[in-house]
Formats: sequence, structure tokens, C-alpha cells
Amino acid sequence: MEKNKKGLFDKAIIKQAIIDSFTKMNPKLLMKNPVIFMVAIGALLSSFLFVESLVRGYYSGFNLQIILWLWFTVLFANFAEAVAEGRGKAQSDSLKNARTTTTGRKLQGNKEVIVSAIDLRVGDVVVCETGDVIPADGEVIEGIASVDESAITGESAPVIRESGGDRSAVTGGTKVISDKIVIKITTNPGDTFLDRMISLVESATRKKTPNEIALSILLSGLSIIFLLVVITLRIFIDFYQPYSKIPSSEFASITILVALLVCLIPTTIGGLLSAIGISGMDRLMSHNVIATSGRAVEAAGDIDVLLLDKTGTITLGNRMASEFYPADGVSQERIGDAAQLSSLSDETPEGRSIVILAKEKYGLRGRDISELEAHFIPFTAQTKMSGVDIHPENGGEKRIIRKGSAAAIKDYVISAGGKFDDKIQQRVNDISKSGSTPLVVAENYEALGVIELKDVVKGGIKERFAQLRRMGIRTVMITGDNPLTATAIAAEAGVDEFIAEAKPEDKLKKIRDEQAKGYMIGMIGDGTNDAPALAQADVGIAMNSGTQAAREAGNMVDLDSNPTKLIEVVEVGKQLLMTRGALTTFSIANDVAKYFAIIPAITAGLFAQSMNKGPLSALNLMHLASPQSAVLSAVIFNAIIIIMLVPLALKGVKYRPTGASVILRRNLLIYGFGGLLVPFIGIKIIDVILTALGLV
Amino acid sequence: MFKFNDILQILAFFALLTLLSPLIGWYINLVFNRESRLPAFLTKIENYLIGFFKIDATAEMDWKTYCFSVLIFNFIGIVFLVLIQAFQQYLPLNPQKLPNVEIFLAINTAISFVTNTNWQSYAGETTLSYFVQMIGLTVQNFVSAATGIAVLFALTRGIVTRQGKSLGNFWNDLVKSVLYVLLPIAILFSVVIIGQGVVQTFTSYADVTTLEGAKQTIPLGPAASQIAIKQIGTNGGGFFNANSAFPFENPTPLTNFLYVLFLILIPSGLIFTYGKMVKSSKHAWMIYCVMLFLLAFGFFVSYASECSTNNVFHASGLMEGKETRFGVMNSVLYSTTTTAASNGSVNAMHSSLSPMAGFVAMTNMMLGEIIFGGVGSGLYGMIIFIILTVFIAGLMIGRTPEYLGKKIESFEVKWSILAVLAPSFVILVFSSIALITKSGTSSMLNSGPHGFSEVLYTFASAAGNNGSAFAGLNANTAFYNIMIGLGMLIGRYGVIVPILAIAGSLVKKKITPLSAGSLTTDNFIFSVLLFGIIIIVGALTFFPALSLGPLIEQLLMNSGVSF
Repeated sequence: MEKNKKGLFDKAIIKQAIIDSFTKMNPKLLMKNPVIFMVAIGALLSSFLFVESLVRGYYSGFNLQIILWLWFTVLFANFAEAVAEGRGKAQSDSLKNARTTTTGRKLQGNKEVIVSAIDLRVGDVVVCETGDVIPADGEVIEGIASVDESAITGESAPVIRESGGDRSAVTGGTKVISDKIVIKITTNPGDTFLDRMISLVESATRKKTPNEIALSILLSGLSIIFLLVVITLRIFIDFYQPYSKIPSSEFASITILVALLVCLIPTTIGGLLSAIGISGMDRLMSHNVIATSGRAVEAAGDIDVLLLDKTGTITLGNRMASEFYPADGVSQERIGDAAQLSSLSDETPEGRSIVILAKEKYGLRGRDISELEAHFIPFTAQTKMSGVDIHPENGGEKRIIRKGSAAAIKDYVISAGGKFDDKIQQRVNDISKSGSTPLVVAENYEALGVIELKDVVKGGIKERFAQLRRMGIRTVMITGDNPLTATAIAAEAGVDEFIAEAKPEDKLKKIRDEQAKGYMIGMIGDGTNDAPALAQADVGIAMNSGTQAAREAGNMVDLDSNPTKLIEVVEVGKQLLMTRGALTTFSIANDVAKYFAIIPAITAGLFAQSMNKGPLSALNLMHLASPQSAVLSAVIFNAIIIIMLVPLALKGVKYRPTGASVILRRNLLIYGFGGLLVPFIGIKIIDVILTALGLV
Repeated sequence: MFKFNDILQILAFFALLTLLSPLIGWYINLVFNRESRLPAFLTKIENYLIGFFKIDATAEMDWKTYCFSVLIFNFIGIVFLVLIQAFQQYLPLNPQKLPNVEIFLAINTAISFVTNTNWQSYAGETTLSYFVQMIGLTVQNFVSAATGIAVLFALTRGIVTRQGKSLGNFWNDLVKSVLYVLLPIAILFSVVIIGQGVVQTFTSYADVTTLEGAKQTIPLGPAASQIAIKQIGTNGGGFFNANSAFPFENPTPLTNFLYVLFLILIPSGLIFTYGKMVKSSKHAWMIYCVMLFLLAFGFFVSYASECSTNNVFHASGLMEGKETRFGVMNSVLYSTTTTAASNGSVNAMHSSLSPMAGFVAMTNMMLGEIIFGGVGSGLYGMIIFIILTVFIAGLMIGRTPEYLGKKIESFEVKWSILAVLAPSFVILVFSSIALITKSGTSSMLNSGPHGFSEVLYTFASAAGNNGSAFAGLNANTAFYNIMIGLGMLIGRYGVIVPILAIAGSLVKKKITPLSAGSLTTDNFIFSVLLFGIIIIVGALTFFPALSLGPLIEQLLMNSGVSF
């Protein structure tokens, strides 16, 4: 997705946005944003009065300028929304294309056609052979195969799936590792996720999120208060008419009062509110995460506890060979050599890890397979072993090497009359107890020793968890391992808590327990047995590689199937709220300066000995040139600040994973105190320019 | 100029307040949450009362039931007060043979005392019989304060209860507040002030011949018992017209000091009760500090303004309208605390304050009576501002806003805004109506900014349920009695109903435990933000009005013009 990233302002988007700024003037659309709608009504009212006075033969360039800037305020707010929308659309379009989809070999008559997984529908029939990823949930109608379901169960040992009976269901995203099966698709693919996501970045269909609704209420409430303030202000000023040489209808005209109202109501945040929401979803998509609702994204910012599966999330999904344990009388090199030979053509991660371990440990190089004249025996569901037969025709040493589970090798060795050492059995038991997986290697029907396959903690994961901790998020690791192994991995990965020997229902229980304590729970899952937990969690992120059930149950899908993606999701959620909060603070703080510009301007004539120099001129702290330029400067500042803050609304306020107090102090300083100061400077500059240009 | 003695006294006042408030708070918490430790004879009285009125004091009330109980109880209180005023001629304890009270005045007074406002469009000694004062007004002095405490506790229960429904029982809260909190303190306090010379008698007014040989009628009455509760219950309605400026109501410097202290003590103590109930005394201290800072700031602005030279008279420390016995500082301290704490009793005429001191008095009321404020109502009003602050601060740290573990969502925001809007509406709109109607302007004694301030002050006092008057405005007209009465109702119930609605919503919610990512509401940075929100929301709403009232008057005065 990164490669498709657009600059902040793409030309095509800007062009479309400018057009949209005008089409969004439709009152029906404007009404969705009460603050901006109020500006539009004010602008309309002043325009009407302006035309009416024109008819009476009176023209005021000052009023015209104010009216123009009022309309600009509305247009700028529309523009902000349109830009965010345009960027969102561009993002979702490229998302559709860039998304790497699994393909399926669909059977049409007797022909096989390669189709994308998202084109498969209920009732289609596909063929899957060794190495194929099953494109969607379905039922085996023909054949038997071993399937790696580690993506859904977390269990790395392959399972048997065959037609008929209980073991006929296969899940999308799982991988056939031996044999061939024919599958009838039973679910429609989750392309609906994309549709839902797209609706989140288009304002027409966009539903407001809970916090956005609450904020809208606050902004509307403030707007109503300011409406009262402005209407009563005119009545108060009328009361002072006897003390003024100029009629109040002139220095506190409807147009000026509308200008004051527009300056006071929170137009900055009001105008940028939907842009912030849309661009939040857009940022999420740029991380390749699809959310089914805006609510979930907001909730992500609130997560207190994060539940993670060990396998695939904290550790690399597949086990890695970590040690060779030779039987008595067998040298380390011999078992290493045999293990490597048997794994040379084993393309599973475990197999490759054995080759690598042998190379690292004993300097055994991978050998040229064809040179060896070897015949490889692939793993099958029936034998549960793999290995190699070497029959050199030139009479070299004949070697029959097998590796597999302890039980399978034991049967194999004993049935062939070989011996299976008790010490090997002991070692196998030890390794199992410690949470690792033992593989036994046998050569010429003699058990050579045991390979330990161990979970390996992902690089960099510890730092990620430390980051989460700083954000105030507790991590809980869920694993089927025994407590001993779990403790070791938990310490290595730096998780805060773990549940060992967890059954699928334990996840659900843990989530309910934490929720009862009042915590918000995030969970990442991919398996069908995760589905209830994903549904129960406040934020459930399903891996795209996971099962359809999991994807339907969660409220987000990570297209990259990267479990640590949650950190980015949390950041996007937090940024979304922070940007709203910061701009609200900024918007309200701005009002102070606008008061000091407009109130002295409106009341300057009261008790004035000379023109426009009444006692309340003392409030003109900025020494603005004239009442007209003061009002106009404030309105202009109010309008252009919307445009100037569009980039911030689109990018979001910077988020650093630190404690709440630090973030609050920082944002308060920048947007609170900044919001107090900036307009004083801005309005003064505009006033100087307006006066220099002779516009007032 | 600042006087050394003045500074010493003000420091003593703040120190004593800071010392006594946690004690009062501890005691009230004992009453409500540690019932087993209450004296047996009082619990017997409590049980007898509850049995007598056949109330179910154990029934758990949801917010609607609680709200309905508050409203119906207050409504009955208003009707009863109206009736005994309208027929006082036929009732006992009327030695002066005072006539029945005119209906609009009676309604205004009834609303005024039931809403804990104690706005007085009448002069007590020439209008109301002892019966009305004692059976009517004094009783409401108690129960209106108790209503405030009850609503505050309902809200508190809403905050501390985990996924429940009940906000407690209004009748139980009411009886407990009166019996254990208000009555004991009031009885002790009245004994103390009787000792200082406040009158307490049923005899008729004394006719005396002065040294100059003139005839004078000296009003008497059962004053001390009413004065004690009017001070501690943030009621403020004086037994006599001159209120605490009258020697029989406020005889000595000691009573004056105690009045100022006690008018703020229970609202201040309740902060610490709240802290105990929400299990965060740090949070309570944060609230206390913000309130104390606002109070001290207001006082020093007022005091400095009184001490600076008046350009009309070329003098400072003007005594006109001040409490001449206790000096300018005590007048200003009284005016600041009584407007901050929604008490409304006065020892000086606020119309005579310097414009900036009047500015402070009005601002105290316009902010919604949240600087200590009324008994109960001050703190729940402040909690509205805390909720709004939490909302904005919560967004700024990137979390759904939480207050003490309860999520603040659109429902809470909606009702909070309504609670801010209701009093603001009264102040701005009712003042406007008064300014554009003949019946409104004809009552104004002064013209220009001072006349404007008279009206603005009146409706700020009504909306904030303060009850103090600026003086100068003849409020005993049908127009003002109705408008002020309506203003007091909106100012009181326009906040109580939202508060209970919020409590009803919060009580159902889970409590999110604190984590490093959650907002802390007990530290310095939060108090800065809270202070900022209060000042900015208040300033943005009332700055134009205030600048046309006291501010322009001050500026004009600086250039030598007066009204």
C-alpha cells in the first residue's frame, strides 16, 4: 500500500474537491453539519439584506466583503470534507487493486480455471493440491489430505481432512501440505468488508461515530449559547442608543452581528469535523486494515487490555529446530547429517529450520540433491513421516532416513525390527513437557536421536509491548503450552500476563472477566474457534488469512495478517480523538481574541466624545485600525484558519506513546495556549494588510 | 491601600476554611455512609419521622423516581408557602397584624425560598408574619438546602455505583440532611449568635423614643433561628430587610466573620464528602483548590478596585453603602463570598460597590454558582463543568472521555450543555425582555450602565439561585415577580433535572479502572484546564453583557463620569 501513497494534496483530488465544495452547498448535505449550516444561514440572511439594500440604492463594499468571506467559510469547510473524501476514495480504490488475493482453481466442467478467491461464490467447486492455500471455507467432497491449519488453530501439527464424516470442513486460508482434495465452497467471500470500509470514507453514507456525535452536540450547544449572546447583544446595545451618536443599526448591523456569530461559533472544528473522521479511516486503510465500523476505530483508542495468541503473534507461527539430541553412541554430527538429509527437500518451515540448524551447528552444507541420487519421501497424512532413500547406483552406502513424530517413528522402527531406545523416549517426553515439539530421526531402522522444535519469539516484539505498556495497554498472552514454557516465552516477549494451557473457551472467559472489571479489550485472532472471542472483544481484529468465521466475528480485518498491527490501529483511534479534541480546544480558545477584536468595534460608538472612541475602545488590545477592519479581519481569519488546518485534520495530531498527562500537557500547550495567541497575531496581520490595501 | 489588618483577616479566613472544610466533609460522610456510628437518640427521631410521614425510605429510586420525588416535594413546598402568605392575616403569630401578601409577591417569595434562592422582593419586617417566617420560610431554608445535598448525593451514587440502577432514596437523604447536618449546626450556630446579640423573641416590635425625641419602631422577632440556617444553608434571605447590615441580624465583628465563614462552609465541606465517596481525596482537593483560587482571585480584584482611587470623587475606600461598622474589606469579602457561594445575604449594598467589585459579584453568579456555590448545588454545578472539561481533555489524550471511570458520552454531554444553557438563557434573554419592555425599564432607579447592571444583576441572581439584590431596582412589581420567579425555577430545575438524568445514565455504566493511558482528574494540569474552561465558557457567554454593564461603567468612572 505504501507504494500507492498519495501526497497530501494530489492535483486530481484537489480539482475534484474544489468542484465538490460547491455541490456540497446543497442544504440537505449542509444540514448534517449544524455549525456550518448556521454559517450558511447567516450568509444567506446577510446576502438577502445586501440585495435588498441594493434595490433601495444603498451599496456597502464593507458588507459585501463580509458576505463573501462568510460564503468562503462555508466553501472552505466543504472543501476540507471533499479533500478528505477524495483521498479516502483514492485509498480504497488502490486497496481493491493492491490487495493480494488468494486464488483458487475453480472447476468448470472438467476444466480448471484460476480465479481470485473473491470471485468464488457458494456452490463453486475448487481443487487444492499440495502447497495450495484453500481459497475459502468449504467442504471436502472428494479425496483426503493433510492440512496445515496453524493459521486458525495455532496448532502447527497438520490435520487430516477427508470427504464425508466429521472431518470434511476446510477453512479458507489454510494450506494443503499433502495430497489433493476437491472442495465445494460454502460461504461467499468477505468482499463486503471492503464495501463497508468504503462507506466509512464517503460522507454521504458515513455514520457518525459515538464520540463524534457527542462532540457535535457540544458544538451545537455552544453555537446556541452564542446565538443567544449575539441576539441579546443587539438588544443591550439598543438600550444604550441614547448615549451614542451613531444609530445602533449601523455599528451593530445584522451583517456585523452575523459576522460576530460566525466568529464565535466553533467553525474551525465544525468545518473540519467530518474531514478528521474520514481521514482517520483513510489512515487506517493505509495500514492495510479494514474496519467495518467507525465505532470500532474509536474504541481501539480506548483499549486497556490486549489479548494475543502466542503462536503466530508473539512467536513465529512455525516451530524452529533448536537442538539435536543424539541417542547413546550416536555422534552429534551423524544425527545432524541425517536430519539435514531428510529435510533437504522438505519445504515446510520446520524442515528448512532443520537444514539451517545443521549448517550453523556442524557446518553441514546443503548438498546437491541430484548428486545424491536420492529419492525423497514426502510427508503424508497416512505415514506421518517424511524422509529420504539414498540408493547410490555406484554402490555407495545405502541410507534410508526417516523423521517424524515419536509415535510414528517408534512404530516404523519396531515393525522393521529395529530398536527404539528408552532414553530416546525419555528425551521425547522431556521435550514435550518443556513445551517444545520433539521429532525423532531414524536411519536404517535405527533411531538416531531427537530434534527439538522450539517456538521462537519474533524479533522486536518486546519493544512493541513496551510501547503498548507506555500507552497504558496491558498485554495478555494466550497459549496452549504448559505454564513452564508459557512463563519462559512470556518473559522473553515481555508480555504482562499469560494464560497457559488455554482452551478456546478460556479466551472468551478471560475477555468477559476483564470486561466485567470495566476494561476495554482488544483481540487479534484468526481461527474459527476465535470467532466468539473476537465477537465478544470490544475491538476484534481478524487476520485476512484467518477463517471466514473469524473475519465475520471481528470488526476489523488486517489484510497483511500482521498481529502487531494493533499498535497502529490503536494509534489511529487515538489520533482521531486527539485531533478532534485539539481542534475543539483551539477553536474555543480562538474566540477570546475575536471578542477583543469585535466587541470594541461594535461598542466603540457608545459614550464616544469623538467618533468611534468610546470607553470600550480600551478593549481594542490589538489596536486594529478601524471598527470595520476589526470585524472584517476577524471574519477573514476565521475563514482561512479552516483551510490552514486542513493538513492537520488530514494527517492527525502527532501521537507519541506516552502517558495521558504528558499528552494532555503537550496538547494543551500547543492548541490551548496556541489557540489563545495565534488569532491575536493573525487578526492583527490581516488588519494591517486590509488597511494597506485600502479595502476598509 | 491594602491594610495589614485586612490581609491578616483574609488569611485567617482562608486558613480556617481550609481547616474546617475537610472536618465538615468527614462528618457528613459519616452521616450518610456510616450509619451505625450515629447517636441512637437521633436515629430514633429519624425512624419516628419516617414512620410518621409513612414514607418508604428504603425503596431504591432510579433517576426518574428520584427526580419526580424532588419535584413533587418542592412543588408542594411552593403551594404551601403561597397559601400561608396569602392568608397570613387569619393565621397565628402575627402581632403586627400584617395584611395578606399580594399573590404575585407570594408566588415569587415561595419559589424563591423553595429554590434556595431567597430573593426578597419584600421587606421582611413589614410584609411577613412570624408564622410565615418560621413555619414557612425557615422550614424551606432547611429543606431547600437538604434538597441540594440530596441531589448531589444522587449524582455521586450515579458516579460510584457499578452498573446499577438506584440513586438512593430522596426521602432518606432529605431527612438525614436536615436531622444530622443542618439542624445540629443551625442550633449550635444560633446559640452562638444569640450570645452575640441577635434577637430571638415572639414579642411585637418595640416602639421607642430616641435621644432626639423622635418615635422609632424597632423590628424584633424570632430572628436568630432563621439567620443561623440562612447562613449555613446558602439561603441568604434576611429576617429583616437590611439583612446582615442590620445590627440585630449581624451585631458584632465576630458574627460578621462567622457569617462569611459559615455561608461557605457546608458547600466547601461537601467537596470533601464527595471526595470520600468517590474514593479520591486528591480529586476533592483539586476541586477545592480551583474554587478557592476563583474565590480569592475575585476577592482581590474587588478589594483592589475598592482600594484604588475613584476618579469621580478623587478618593479611595468609599464608604457609601458599605458596612460602616466593619469597614470596606469586610463588605467586599462578604459581597464576594455571598455571590460565590449562592448565599445572597449581604452586609453592604452591592449597588454601591465599585463597578469592578460589582463585576466580580455578577461574574460569580453568572458562572453558575459553582465557586463553592449553594449547598449541594454548587458542587453538582461544578461537576457539570468537570464533565465538559473531562470531555475535551479526554479527546485530547485520545480516549473516550471518562470521569472517575465512567464514560462520558453524548447523553452526558447533551444534558451538561443543557444545564449550562438554562441559567445563561435566563440571564441573557430575561434581561433583554426587561430592557425592551416598559414594565421592565420603569422599575430602574438609575439610567445608563448602572441601570443596565441593576437588571443584569437581578437575573444573574435569580438564575444562579443566589438571591442577593443589586438594590436600585424596584422588583416588587407583577412583571419582575413573575420574571424573577420563572428565572429562579429555570435556574434551579434546569440544572437539577439534567444532573439527575446524568446520574441516571452514569449509574448504569461500568467503571473503567485507571491505567497509564487514562485521564487523571486530580493533578495540576487538569485543574488548569478546568479553570480555563470555566473562565472561557463564562467569559464567552457573558463578556459582551458585562462589558456593557460594570466594565463600561468602570471605564467611564475612570474618566470622571458617574451614573
